[in-house]
Amino acid sequence: MQFSYIQPTSIEEVFKLGSAAPLYAGGTDLIGLMKDDIIKTDKVINIKKLKGLDKIEDKGNKGIEIGPLVKIADLIENETIQEKCPLLVQTAKEIASPQLRNMGTVGGNICQRPRCWYYRGDFDCIRKGGDTCYAVGGENKYHCIIGGGPCFIVHPSDLAVALLALDAKIEITSENGQKTVPVNDFFILPEDDETKENILEPGEIVTKIILPEQAKGFKTTYIKFKERSSWDFAVVSVAAVLKTDGNMIKNGKLAFGGVAPHPWMEAEINQKLTGLNTDEASVDAFTSSLFHNAEPMEKNEYKVILARNLVKRIIDNLA
Amino acid sequence: MKINLTVNHKNYSLQINSDLLLVDLLRDHIGLTGTKKGCEIGECGACTVIMNGKTVNSCLVLAVQADGAEITTIEGVANNGDLHPVQQAFLEHDAVHCGFCTPGMVLSAINLLNHNPNPTEFEIREAIAGNLCRCTGYQQIVEAIQSAADKSK
Repeated sequence: MQFSYIQPTSIEEVFKLGSAAPLYAGGTDLIGLMKDDIIKTDKVINIKKLKGLDKIEDKGNKGIEIGPLVKIADLIENETIQEKCPLLVQTAKEIASPQLRNMGTVGGNICQRPRCWYYRGDFDCIRKGGDTCYAVGGENKYHCIIGGGPCFIVHPSDLAVALLALDAKIEITSENGQKTVPVNDFFILPEDDETKENILEPGEIVTKIILPEQAKGFKTTYIKFKERSSWDFAVVSVAAVLKTDGNMIKNGKLAFGGVAPHPWMEAEINQKLTGLNTDEASVDAFTSSLFHNAEPMEKNEYKVILARNLVKRIIDNLA
Repeated sequence: MKINLTVNHKNYSLQINSDLLLVDLLRDHIGLTGTKKGCEIGECGACTVIMNGKTVNSCLVLAVQADGAEITTIEGVANNGDLHPVQQAFLEHDAVHCGFCTPGMVLSAINLLNHNPNPTEFEIREAIAGNLCRCTGYQQIVEAIQSAADKSK
C-alpha cells in the first residue's frame, strides 16, 4: 500500500478530485482490499470530514433519513431508529464485531465488496477482470444458489437485506445532480456487470438512505445463520416484515441474504405469503415451495433447505 | 504527514507516511508492543485499542485517522503500577493461556465495564465477540470479567 491521502471538506471538492480514487469512510473493507492488492490506488479520499453525512433525521411521515457516514454502532444506539425501526437495530447488532461496528459505516456496509475467497484471494477471477469464476467446479459452499452467472458471489451486507424488506431508497449524488432509487434497483446481478455489485458509477456517492415511514402493526425480525456464533458473514439470512391476523398472515415481505449476488426478494414469495394460514401444513407447503427455482452449485444445496427452515422459524416466532 | 495524538495520556507529534496503520504507529513508532498483530484483517481483535472511547481494530485504522484522537492501549490501563481490576481478575481466574489475545480482550472488557458496569453474561460474551482466543479459554475470560464487574460494585 502506498498512496496519498486527501481530505476534502465538501462533496463538491470530492467531485473536483475526479473519480478514480476509492473513498475512505470506516475503512474496514477498503483497508483489507488494499492489503490484498485487490484495490491498487495512488490516492485515497477520506470522506469522513464531509459535513452533514453522519446524521439520522426523523422526517415524520416522510420517513427517516440516514447519512452514509453514520456508524453501525451509532445506528444501534439511535433512539429514533430504536423506536421507529427496531428491525434495523436488530440487523445492525448482527453485523460484524463490536470493534468493526464502531468503525464501519452504513454507506460502506451496503457498498462493501463480496467475501468470495477467490475474489479476495490470489485468483484472476472474473470479478477482477479475468475470464473464469473459480467457484464453478471449485469450493462453492458459500456461493449463491440463485441469480448467479457468470460470477457466483453472494452479497455480504446484512443491512441491505433489512433495507430491502423495509422498502428503503438510496440517494446518489454526482457532479450532475441527484437521483433516488429503491434498494432493489441499487444492486445488480453479475449478468448485468460482473465487476461490481451496484449501479454506482465512478464519481457517484451514496448520500442518503431513506427509510419510508413504517406502516403500523407489522412485526419484524432478522435471522442470520452464521457458522460461528461470535461473528461472521451470513450463510443465509432472512429479514421479515409481517402483518398477522389470528392464524393468518395478512401480508408481508421476506428478503434474503447469502443466497444471491444481491439481497434477494421475490414478488412471488411475498404474494404467497399474503393470506397464508399459519397451521403447520400450510406453512410447510409454503416453505417447501421457496427457491424451487434455485440452481445450487455442487456444494451449496444445503442453503435451499436452510433458507426454508429459517422462514419456518420466522413464521413460528412471529405468527 | 504530521499528526498529533494522545496515547495513554501522553501527547505525541509524529511525521508519518499516509499508508501507515495505527497498529504499526503504536508498535514501531511509539514502541508500545503490547498491542498485538494477529490476523491483520480485522477478524481476531488482537490489535484492539480504545480510540476516543470506542474499541477499534488498529490494523484497519490508518494512522492519519488517529490525528487528534485519544488512544488507550494495554500499557495505559494500570494505575501507577497497580493492575487494572480487569487485569487483576484475569490473573486470578487463569484467564490467560498463551496471552496473545489478552491485551485486546482486556481492552474490550474494560470498555464494556466503562459503559456498562453491571453486564450480564450475554452482554460480556457480546462485548468480546470481536476478540478471538485460539486457546479457547473463553469460560475463564468471561468469569474474570464478571468478577471484575462484581468487585467494582
